[in-house]
Amino acid sequence: MGVVALKPGYEDQVEIRDRLENFHGNQLVYLHWEEHLMFCAALAFPFPPDMPFGAIIGEIIPTFYGMHPDFEKIDWGQVRWTVDGKEITPDPEKSLADNGVRHKSLIRFWTPGLTGVNGVPTV
Amino acid sequence: MTQLVSLTLQDTGEGRQIVEAIKQDNPGVDSLEMPGAIKLDRPDSLIVKRETVSEKLGRDWDPQEIHLTMVSMAGNLDEDDDYFALSWNR
Amino acid sequence: MAAKKKLGLKQRYNLMTRGLDWETSYQPMDKVFPEATFEGIKIKDWDKWQDPFRLTMDSYWKFQAEKERKLYAVLDSFAQNNGQLGLSDPRYVNTVKLFLTGVSPLEYQAHRGFAHAGRQMPGVGPRIAAQMQSLDELRHAQTQIHTISHYNKYFDGLHEFRHMHDRVWYLSVPKSFFDDARTSGPFEYMIAIGFAFEYVLTNLLFVPFMSGAAYNGDLATVTFGFSAQSDESRHMTLGIEVIKFLLEQDPDNLPIVQKWVDKWFWRGYKVLTLVAMMMDYMLPKRIMSWKEAWEIYFTQAGGALFEDLARYGIRPPKYADVATAECDHVAHQNWSIFYQYTHAAAFHTWLPNSEEMDWLSEKYPESFDKHYRPRYEQWARMEADGNRFYNNALPQLCTTCQIPMGYTEPGDPTTIAFRTSEHKGDIYHFCSDGCKDIFDGEPEKYSQSWLPVHQIFQGNCGGADVEDVLKWYNMNLGADNLDQNVSPDQELWDEWQRQRAAVSSVAAE
Repeated sequence: MGVVALKPGYEDQVEIRDRLENFHGNQLVYLHWEEHLMFCAALAFPFPPDMPFGAIIGEIIPTFYGMHPDFEKIDWGQVRWTVDGKEITPDPEKSLADNGVRHKSLIRFWTPGLTGVNGVPTV
Repeated sequence: MTQLVSLTLQDTGEGRQIVEAIKQDNPGVDSLEMPGAIKLDRPDSLIVKRETVSEKLGRDWDPQEIHLTMVSMAGNLDEDDDYFALSWNR
Repeated sequence: MAAKKKLGLKQRYNLMTRGLDWETSYQPMDKVFPEATFEGIKIKDWDKWQDPFRLTMDSYWKFQAEKERKLYAVLDSFAQNNGQLGLSDPRYVNTVKLFLTGVSPLEYQAHRGFAHAGRQMPGVGPRIAAQMQSLDELRHAQTQIHTISHYNKYFDGLHEFRHMHDRVWYLSVPKSFFDDARTSGPFEYMIAIGFAFEYVLTNLLFVPFMSGAAYNGDLATVTFGFSAQSDESRHMTLGIEVIKFLLEQDPDNLPIVQKWVDKWFWRGYKVLTLVAMMMDYMLPKRIMSWKEAWEIYFTQAGGALFEDLARYGIRPPKYADVATAECDHVAHQNWSIFYQYTHAAAFHTWLPNSEEMDWLSEKYPESFDKHYRPRYEQWARMEADGNRFYNNALPQLCTTCQIPMGYTEPGDPTTIAFRTSEHKGDIYHFCSDGCKDIFDGEPEKYSQSWLPVHQIFQGNCGGADVEDVLKWYNMNLGADNLDQNVSPDQELWDEWQRQRAAVSSVAAE
């Protein structure tokens, strides 16, 4: 079905509000720690596409998830990652872009053996 | 499934008299009392009669005055000089 | 006693609402009503419109004037007698703040929306009904602003309700809902607001909530609420009449109307989940749970309605079953969102106390103890250690409903639901199948969504730090936001209680 609009040619005048160019050199990236739902939703960030993936592990995650009581127990070698639904093994030296993270990508990670607090994934 | 019609009135002096009239004219009506409001439910239909409400209030009551007391309703409405009625399957 | 009437109500109504219109001669009718056809709705005979309330303009003014007299008498006496002192608990005020900043601006939006939709209707019957509703909505906005002006004298967070409506991240949820409706065509607007919101959903907003206000000593809110609600019955009747009228006019209208019913049920439901959290967490004295209210006002009342509409071929809204199943979770999930982002909100949050948690366990036996009590216990430990939990990053928002994506998969409360679509090379994210379907139906419209988090990152909201953004919202930091326990509101309330105790101990001596 076509566009229902009062104004002819409406669809050609649409300005997509969140296109990459509007973020001043950054791209939007969402990050989510699975089975730790005391963090209510995935987190949103503006990251430069050439930022190394390692910065997510080394700086971003400790800053924003570090207050979780089990945070120190994470074994980073065991962590499972997906980007937009595809399993990846991130190369920390390479950029977000080279790891397949594009504008508005969602990165989810699972920490085997760690589920919420006392095994309750909603905490 | 039973189709309930419903009328919610403010729990005020006048509201309580209208509720009394409705209970008298609508056998089987159910009421749920909440703080500040009374919800009346009945399968299929419910009627508010001018005559009965006027009797309860001791003055002539125009069914359109229900606007001053009504909080909510469910059902198809039929309104005339002498009654205010709700029903499904009209 | 009354003099014998010359005309009956039905005759009077017909005379005063029919034959008022004329065929234009200087301009063709389709230029006078330019929005009447582009949505694809076909109308053959506008005179088939029936307004069951049969309210004519003269009676309308009479009854509305009476309502206003009653209402302002109560508001005045609430103010004169310092009614705020009689509230059940200072936490209650946050309910009022969320209502007055979230919903009151919508009353004004509805006023504008019905004025516009009414103007665009070529039939005189719906035009009059829309005109009355437009006036009602303006009245509601005014009475609520009067209430704001009273509460604003004592409590924080209400001083910039109008400014905040256009800027604050969570107020973008109700704002974008109404902007969406008002930028639709006139028929879609009538189905969106008149039918889906007013008829199907509004009871969930007003009735239990106003009853809650009554229970918690808030006479001002009870009064504007029930006064507004007395107009609501007329609005509901307009809503049900609109849908029947459209369906009776032409069978081609059915698929269009069904699509709108599906869309606006889900849009409205998502907005109302904020009420779920008010009912279950924010009323110190509770009336009924969200789940119970949903059972009464959606499952029962909506069930009867859609059974009635089935003869036109309309089926209940898509994903109504999902909304019903979510009753076990949605209030808890929303309260968790606001608890961790209350440093960026113009109202306070808190952890439920043990008595309240027991109430929640009783009302939500399937979900509360298993999934949410442990979360609150963890947050209580953190608070006791001096680390009250605030989430320091911004949340991912749903493109359609604009709420943080804090909702879980149907049937799996331990996994966040993520849905996506691609449109012109970009990814869009959604919290639910309902929100994704709405986007997929009109990607051109929703690719323009003003998503607060993205706007902050684009540099359009006063700065990059949360503090800069809150200043741009005109929030008073340290007063409007943060936990109830550290708020000036709470301090003021405690001071009132001390004064009261001092007075009564003097009296006892």
